[in-house]
Amino acid sequence: MIAKMPLCAAAIVALLAVRIGSAADAPSPQLVAATAARSVVKIYGAGGVRGLEAYQSGIILSPDGRIATVMSTVLDSEGIDCVLDDGRRFEATLVGVDLRRELAVLSIDATDLPAAVPAEERAAAGTRVLAVSNLFGVAVGDERASVQRGVIATVVPLEARRGAADAPYTGTVYVLDFTTNNPGSPGGAVVDSRGRLLGMIGKELRSSAGGIWLNYALPMDEVLAGCEAIAAGGGSPPLVAAAPPFDLGLLGIVLVPDLLDRTPPFVEAVLPGSAATRAGLASDDLLIAVGGRAVGSRTAAERAVGAIPAGDPVQLSVIRDGTVVDCDLGPRPAAAERSTPQEAAP
Amino acid sequence: MAAVMMAAATIAIGVEVDPVVLEAQQARIEAIRRATPAAVSIFAGESGGGSGVLLTRDGFAATNFHVVQSAGPAVTCGLADGRLYDAVLVGIDPTGDLAVVRLLGRDDFPVAEMADSDRVQVGDECFAIGNPFLLGTDLQPSVSAGIVSGVHRYQFPAGTILEYTDCIQVDAAINPGNSGGGLFDAAGRLIGINGRASFEKRGRVNVGAGYAISANQVRNFLGGLRSGRLCDHATLGARVATAVDGRVVVSDILESSDAWRRGLRYDDEIVSLAGRPVRTVNAFKNVLGILPAGWQVPLVIRRDGRRQDLLVRLHGVHSPAKLAALAGGDAGDEPRAGGDEPKVPAAVREVYERRAGFANHHFNVVERDRVAAGLAAVRDSLPDGPWVMEGRLAAGGEFRIELSDATASIDLPTGTSTLAVDDEFDRQPLPPGSGGLLPALVLWRRLVVEGPAAVGQTIFWGTAPRQPATFAAGASADLVDVLESAVAGVVARCGVDASGRVVWIDLWTSPDGDPCELRLTWPVGDAAGGMPASIDASCGGEPFATLLLDAAAAVESPR
Repeated sequence: MIAKMPLCAAAIVALLAVRIGSAADAPSPQLVAATAARSVVKIYGAGGVRGLEAYQSGIILSPDGRIATVMSTVLDSEGIDCVLDDGRRFEATLVGVDLRRELAVLSIDATDLPAAVPAEERAAAGTRVLAVSNLFGVAVGDERASVQRGVIATVVPLEARRGAADAPYTGTVYVLDFTTNNPGSPGGAVVDSRGRLLGMIGKELRSSAGGIWLNYALPMDEVLAGCEAIAAGGGSPPLVAAAPPFDLGLLGIVLVPDLLDRTPPFVEAVLPGSAATRAGLASDDLLIAVGGRAVGSRTAAERAVGAIPAGDPVQLSVIRDGTVVDCDLGPRPAAAERSTPQEAAP
Repeated sequence: MAAVMMAAATIAIGVEVDPVVLEAQQARIEAIRRATPAAVSIFAGESGGGSGVLLTRDGFAATNFHVVQSAGPAVTCGLADGRLYDAVLVGIDPTGDLAVVRLLGRDDFPVAEMADSDRVQVGDECFAIGNPFLLGTDLQPSVSAGIVSGVHRYQFPAGTILEYTDCIQVDAAINPGNSGGGLFDAAGRLIGINGRASFEKRGRVNVGAGYAISANQVRNFLGGLRSGRLCDHATLGARVATAVDGRVVVSDILESSDAWRRGLRYDDEIVSLAGRPVRTVNAFKNVLGILPAGWQVPLVIRRDGRRQDLLVRLHGVHSPAKLAALAGGDAGDEPRAGGDEPKVPAAVREVYERRAGFANHHFNVVERDRVAAGLAAVRDSLPDGPWVMEGRLAAGGEFRIELSDATASIDLPTGTSTLAVDDEFDRQPLPPGSGGLLPALVLWRRLVVEGPAAVGQTIFWGTAPRQPATFAAGASADLVDVLESAVAGVVARCGVDASGRVVWIDLWTSPDGDPCELRLTWPVGDAAGGMPASIDASCGGEPFATLLLDAAAAVESPR
């Protein structure tokens, strides 16, 4: 049978003639999991509403309390708490953020922490990995972070979006063949079979191409470069980045000025010829829900509208003269289609 | 075809695979082969279905409560052998999301070997076998492999029930339909029952976080489930919270609870419960969640720096009425007068009996009869007529007990107590201060001599620790069968070991008070029969007497 093999098979033989597996001298996965989890912290901050968790993960990068995580609304809080693997809880300081990589560096007042050991080189597709994270916030206190297993499927540039906005990071990522990017996971560690830190689980993003949720991690060289930029003062405050990329102005809605802690989202004006006018919105309407979900403040309303993907229907509910009125503003335009220019406003 | 053959040949000659990899692969194939025959695909008609796993050769299989919740008394089960079996609902535990069904028609079913789930470690290989998306219409179960992501996880109740405590978290795919199926370790041994998964914006499909009820929790509830009763979970009657310094302390406590009567107070630090250290609130909830209502377990606390050992009785989380409502449908209703049971399929009619408080009363009779057979075996070596026990008290002095069909009496240095067997026992918690030592002894004799079926309302209650004072939760937990008798105005539970010896009796003369607790110690080596070596009596945590029996007194009038 081997003698009858066609010639073209010989080339395949050459390609496949590699040694598969060399696990004999590797540490046990149980040990790798336990060790990796010691360097992963559970981070608690702002959020807590549906679709906006108040927790995420982080990786200890230095024994004196430098922690890398993803930049997110969780950090948009006066008190950011980090809970270590041993259950100790520290209040963290936000050192800075890298807007492009959507990274943040936190600092806690501690010493002798079990810092992760980054791998020196990028990993290749096919590398077996463990992902260790605060997945779904399942683990609390001294309970160990969740551990998942899989393979790096490919190493490619990221093309992704969050809500309507394109993700700012377009550099290389490890695409993973298992479901890592869940609520709470971003900021978690991806390690190889020897426990070396390969990357950090990124924010929950969808593919620009197909809209599916991505499972990916930022390679460690990118994470470390981001951390260095932050250390060098290259970061900027997160509030700038947190501004929604799509705003009510695109629909022709002007809300009252944001003067209070929780300014009620009253409509100040409706731009003529806009989607808002066509839908029958009027000044003095009080916006109470976006897409059926209650919004209690101007900020919440802007955030909710900002999260509607382009092309999805925009449904607003307002209170007018004591009754609830539902307004359908049609599909959300892309940010570029600002059909009602600001200068047309009265 | 040619391409396939070519590829096969290529691999055969071209790749040097580390023997470790091949061995691991072979081991996994073996483990799956070992575990698969016990996997059950459950089809519950319009209410869907799920998975299960066979635990005994005579067909008892575990599944989730939520799989059988709306299915009625009968489901259809498929095994990997390609055959369909009728199965009948046996027992349910709505809070813990467990249920037991019995597959009918064979006494040689393949079974899963249960492992000690407390030994499971994060990073361990595991695999789930089940019927995801009810794909198993060809009765071939699906296998999904992964690793253990977390152990001793606590998952809040979904609504008021389906609380997953001390569960095993896995990244093996757990999808709708996997519910009730087995989670197996690398050797193909059962470590849990899959039943829950974290779902979020990606829809109701696996996202790498599934949860399994631990095999050790299943062990604790199996006796109750096989009793056909509606099983309930436990509460201490106290809430705990984390103090500023990290200790777990009592933050609220019911004064009607047994824990309060045993001395638990606000701000007491919880050190351990049922032998498991408690360092976090979740750890407390975890150990509480694997224990059935009614068990008596050790509680260690620290107060003012001093450690104290308590023995507490756990209350039920739900009232019987609430439990019946949670059981769903009309499972808890009494049958309508004179009416047949139209909804019971013919296939299970002989093994199904409705009764309030039970998922299926039929199996309670079966289990009670099994315990009765053990008691009957002991009866042959006991006196036919009155039982006379003589000896001395550990505290000094002598005693004499005589138990006959009509009367019972006990002579103690403090006085003599006598009661008539046909009296109401609740008015006679004799001797004074014992809480009911004499009625408990009468009940013991009646259970042995007359058999459980003849003593008031006696049911098979389930299983409970043989020695509550030293009980430690885990795979090696020593459990005994428990009978519960409502008779002559009292309620009593009797622990009966596998050889038919009664090892303890708890007897309540009032439902809210402390029971009289008897602990019977038997001579070592004597296979069955005779009299105990000693009987320890206490009430409300206060020792009443320790009776050391003269060996010669064991048999006064041999059969």
